[in-house]
Amino acid sequence: MASLKLVPVFVVLLAGSAFAQSYGIGHAASQAELAQDITISPTGANLPVGHGNAAEGKVLYVEKGCEGCHGENAAGGATAAPGLVAKKGPTEGDAWARGGIAVRSPVATILWDFIHRGMPLGNEGTLAPNEVYALTAYLLAANKIIPENQTLDQNNLAKVKMPIGDDWKRAPDWKPNSPRIPASLLKMPK
Amino acid sequence: MDPKSKSRRELLKGGAAAVGAVAAGAVGTAALAQTKVAVAGSGLPTYAENEAPMIATDDDLVAYGTRSHYVTSKRVPAIMNGYSRSSPDEFGLTFHIATPLQDSYGSIQASSLHYTATTKGAFIPDIDPAKHTLMINGLVDKPRVFTMADLKRFPSVSRFHFIECNSNSHSATDKNVQSSHGLTSNAEWTGVLLSTLFKEVGVKKEANWFVAEGAEEIKGASTMPMSKAMADVMVAYGMNGEPLRPQQGFPVRLIVPGFEGIFNTKWLRHIKAVDQYQLNMDDYGHLNRSTLGAAMIYQIGPKSIITFPSGGQKLPDKGWYEITGLAWSGQAAVKKVEVSTDNGKTWKLAELKGTAHPMAHVRFGTMFNWQGGEHLILSRTTDAIGQVQPGRDELAKALGVPVTPAWRPPGNNNTIMKWKINADGSVTNGLA
Repeated sequence: MASLKLVPVFVVLLAGSAFAQSYGIGHAASQAELAQDITISPTGANLPVGHGNAAEGKVLYVEKGCEGCHGENAAGGATAAPGLVAKKGPTEGDAWARGGIAVRSPVATILWDFIHRGMPLGNEGTLAPNEVYALTAYLLAANKIIPENQTLDQNNLAKVKMPIGDDWKRAPDWKPNSPRIPASLLKMPK
Repeated sequence: MDPKSKSRRELLKGGAAAVGAVAAGAVGTAALAQTKVAVAGSGLPTYAENEAPMIATDDDLVAYGTRSHYVTSKRVPAIMNGYSRSSPDEFGLTFHIATPLQDSYGSIQASSLHYTATTKGAFIPDIDPAKHTLMINGLVDKPRVFTMADLKRFPSVSRFHFIECNSNSHSATDKNVQSSHGLTSNAEWTGVLLSTLFKEVGVKKEANWFVAEGAEEIKGASTMPMSKAMADVMVAYGMNGEPLRPQQGFPVRLIVPGFEGIFNTKWLRHIKAVDQYQLNMDDYGHLNRSTLGAAMIYQIGPKSIITFPSGGQKLPDKGWYEITGLAWSGQAAVKKVEVSTDNGKTWKLAELKGTAHPMAHVRFGTMFNWQGGEHLILSRTTDAIGQVQPGRDELAKALGVPVTPAWRPPGNNNTIMKWKINADGSVTNGLA
């Protein structure tokens, strides 16, 4: 990570004279405009205040039409939309083999963000924070990741221990003019 | 005949000729009359009998123009991994639409034919540019909001860049180049560098990443490295000399040169500087178990494809043809392209048609004298940082995985494609 921090500094030095230029174009973001920021951090920062549990989520799963695409009990099979409960149980195989977004997300905030931004199809952006917490809790409980009776909120969502843990990798740090595949990852350099 | 077209004489009847009867026309008319006499005397068809029908100009043709009705090349819904999802689908959503590379000339696509894709099927937002804004906040000194008019006040850049979908992958089942490679296109983009906007808002030194978010119904969001933002990312409002089209993100989109298509956020409404990889909705699609897999799903490698002769086309006769195609790389400009007409046994350097720009398609061509018989034709490119487009077996070996018929390269498939010229001149998939 140390090398990553050096990259912006390096670029800024290259940019040289243009660095300090400010044109005064645009306007300062107002509180109302800043409230449009729906990006949440994997630390849980910027999550809206709210709470929900699996029982509430199970009702919403039917009410909001999730079942129509993702199948009864989130098992899939209704349409091309994926099932949301892993076919294999929590003790069978590793998280990658079990599959499904609830199992394969390194942090529960991804699941929350996906529902919040992308669901339900055709009515995106209509779910209230409490509803998103409840649906997230329903899917995590259905995959035996949290207990049925746990209430999720802005403080504990990012702390849920996900099955995949640290078993995922980011792409290598990006630098201009560096190859797509770092030489260190090639078994047989050209 | 197109209903709009009429014979030249029909058009001129009804007074047009009288209106045009000006002194300046007299010399031309006399010359034409002499030519007609000469042709008539030779027994050849007269000029008048040869003339094509004419297109009457109407207000639409004056305002925006149109292509010839003889040109019927069109985009089609993409077939990906054998799975075709129609566009429009039953709800009117757009998914992935492939460009007809087999009919393209030069190095850019017409805006009307540029491939288009949405993350998981989307309606195309009909955004009023007068109301659209882009907010930049997060780890910055001065969170600011820019209108479209604001963005156009900044120093602009115009650059050629390709965009390519990660799923643009060829296999033995592709019948033509639109199916095998039609999810990439190249255009001239105009806009302001994201680095210019980040300097305006004062990005903090701990901001190692940024999130870009679109205004479509799912508000798709991806996380990208700040080093990329400061190198060459563009906030683009122009495409091939006019405003972006709605399918390309009107009124403003991100161009992230060489990165997989999804990063090139359309209908851009929000950029946030952050201190760590955010794991937003669209980042889920990039989760990978290995660093290698993550690297290969991030950027497009050096890649080339022969567009003529390609699958579904036919060489009508023996003789000379120009083998031509497109080459590009996600990390640099194309340095050279080689073409083989003997399944890779020998290679010949092709001519690059004009300047090869960084992270942009460039047209290549080389002459070929076809004397009948079967030929497997291939192209491979080398980019300016020395990356060579690999063959499929070659890539598998380099990655240390067994070469099996089922093996698919991780991420975007940039391996060498083969077309087969058959003895009758027909062209088919050379991998089949």
